[in-house]
Amino acid sequence: MSVVVAIGLGPVGVAPPTVLKIIGHHMMGLFDAESWARTDDAIIWQVRLPRVLLGAIVGAALGVVGVTLQALVRNPLAEPYILGVSSGASAGAAAAILFGVGSWLGRESVSLMAFFGALGALALVLALARSSGRITPSRMLVAGVAVAYLLSAVTSLLILFAHSEYGARAVMFWLLGSLANADWSTLPIGYLGMGAGMILVFWWRRRLDLLALGDETAMASGVDPGRTRLQLVVVVAMCVGFAVSLSGGIGFVGLAAPHIARRIIGPIHRHLIPASAAFGALMLVWADVAARMVLQPRELPIGVVTGVLGAPVLVALVRKLSHNS
Amino acid sequence: MITATGIELRLGAVDVLSGAQLSTRSGQVVGLIGPNGSGKSSLLRCLYGMLRPNRGAVLIDDAAIGSMSQRSIARAVTVVTQDASADGIDITVGEFVLLGRHVHRGDHQGFTDDDRKAVLDGLEMVDMSGFADRSIHHLSGGERQRVMIARCIAQQSPVILLDEPTNHLDVRYRHEVLALVRHLQIDSIVVLHDLNLASRYCDHLALLDHGRVVHQGRPDDVLRSELLEPVYGIEVRRLADGHHSHFAFGPLSP
Repeated sequence: MSVVVAIGLGPVGVAPPTVLKIIGHHMMGLFDAESWARTDDAIIWQVRLPRVLLGAIVGAALGVVGVTLQALVRNPLAEPYILGVSSGASAGAAAAILFGVGSWLGRESVSLMAFFGALGALALVLALARSSGRITPSRMLVAGVAVAYLLSAVTSLLILFAHSEYGARAVMFWLLGSLANADWSTLPIGYLGMGAGMILVFWWRRRLDLLALGDETAMASGVDPGRTRLQLVVVVAMCVGFAVSLSGGIGFVGLAAPHIARRIIGPIHRHLIPASAAFGALMLVWADVAARMVLQPRELPIGVVTGVLGAPVLVALVRKLSHNS
Repeated sequence: MITATGIELRLGAVDVLSGAQLSTRSGQVVGLIGPNGSGKSSLLRCLYGMLRPNRGAVLIDDAAIGSMSQRSIARAVTVVTQDASADGIDITVGEFVLLGRHVHRGDHQGFTDDDRKAVLDGLEMVDMSGFADRSIHHLSGGERQRVMIARCIAQQSPVILLDEPTNHLDVRYRHEVLALVRHLQIDSIVVLHDLNLASRYCDHLALLDHGRVVHQGRPDDVLRSELLEPVYGIEVRRLADGHHSHFAFGPLSP
């Protein structure tokens, strides 16, 4: 329902029944296309639906990735960008936007360069965090933070050297995130990549419970913490790579969605993973509605919305719930 | 059964273990004692794969531990660890004990009624039956330690290792926890600081000094002043009340 209402909202409003009819028409050949305006049809089917669907999968993936990282490093402040992966993606995207690096990759070169940047950053973090084949939470955190700083500096340098105001603005908009580039051609690969990642994390849900209890307890219960951490980090980087390459650097959802879910549903990952996915999806879909409504017809970067709206909501919720308990 | 022989372990520049040997004994409680830094916890960690010794062999039922998956190790031996404080995760007692059943289920499998029965049995054995829905954060130190043991019981591994299970417990709970371990009659190895507790609840003791087991045997044979004094570097007097030995430590002469 959230999706249907969200699709209808925007600078041009479309009533939910019409939204359903248009979707039904395109997907199942139902209803007569003459009963609504053609501009409505184009807005709903070509622009808003892909956008909301992208927001839902990216939000869900960020929520699941946040939960995963919080268990992996046993730190409730961990979030998708702490591994330096988004900084890597940003550096890759900036190189593509400003200097045309990877232009032979074609129309999606910015997204692809972002994806490669994310994987490169991950490889660097893993190389720094590994010691005798194992990865410990503290080493991973330090390596992630160090790589994030390093690659943010690289992005800034690229912007400085490009001497292009337009390019700098484009990079900035990209860094803050947006769902405006959603279209039917990239959605399937996003759903496939992030969906597979989320299923894998859910597959390993009990390992996350045990890792959250401590490495010794995990080992005593038959889980090799070093190996599990490595496997999960690769899955996480894949999800973040897809998310960042399709929608830029959207912050806060990966931190807030798991916190809200945990407060409501408890710490067991069997419930927490789906709940974080649901909250992440809802948050991002509605943040995007706000992004296109607040200053219409201008559009805000969605990262600004998630930050400005998300922070007070999270603080209020945590305060209220801890007061109740 | 676990057998460790010739265990050498180097952590950084420090030789933590230098030729230690230790075995479980059928149905008995083996106590691992020794001063701080003698390598007790490190030796215990070598027995379940948490630490990999540089030299020496750890055999679980005649299989080298290095050739086993963590899951098959955990099916053979379970641990009451020092980190199992559950601080990071606000979980119920029932959920915590249920996680002990992970070794018997694949990642994709849900827990079954058998698993839930094992949890109830485990909680009953440690006399915590009514606590399944209680948050693990709302337990006393003694209750929490009993829940840790219930998880091991639910895991149904034939060997239990306990790393200083009486730490942070008051006098009553120390006795309660060790009496429970003894009552289980499972092969167990327990790291202990308190020699009075070791003398009372262990069937066999191994005295560790500078990374080696320097004496092993029945408590009465190991807990002797002439053996303990050089290891602990303090005067030890043994008192007896007819049933048990008691130890007084310190500069005993006025």
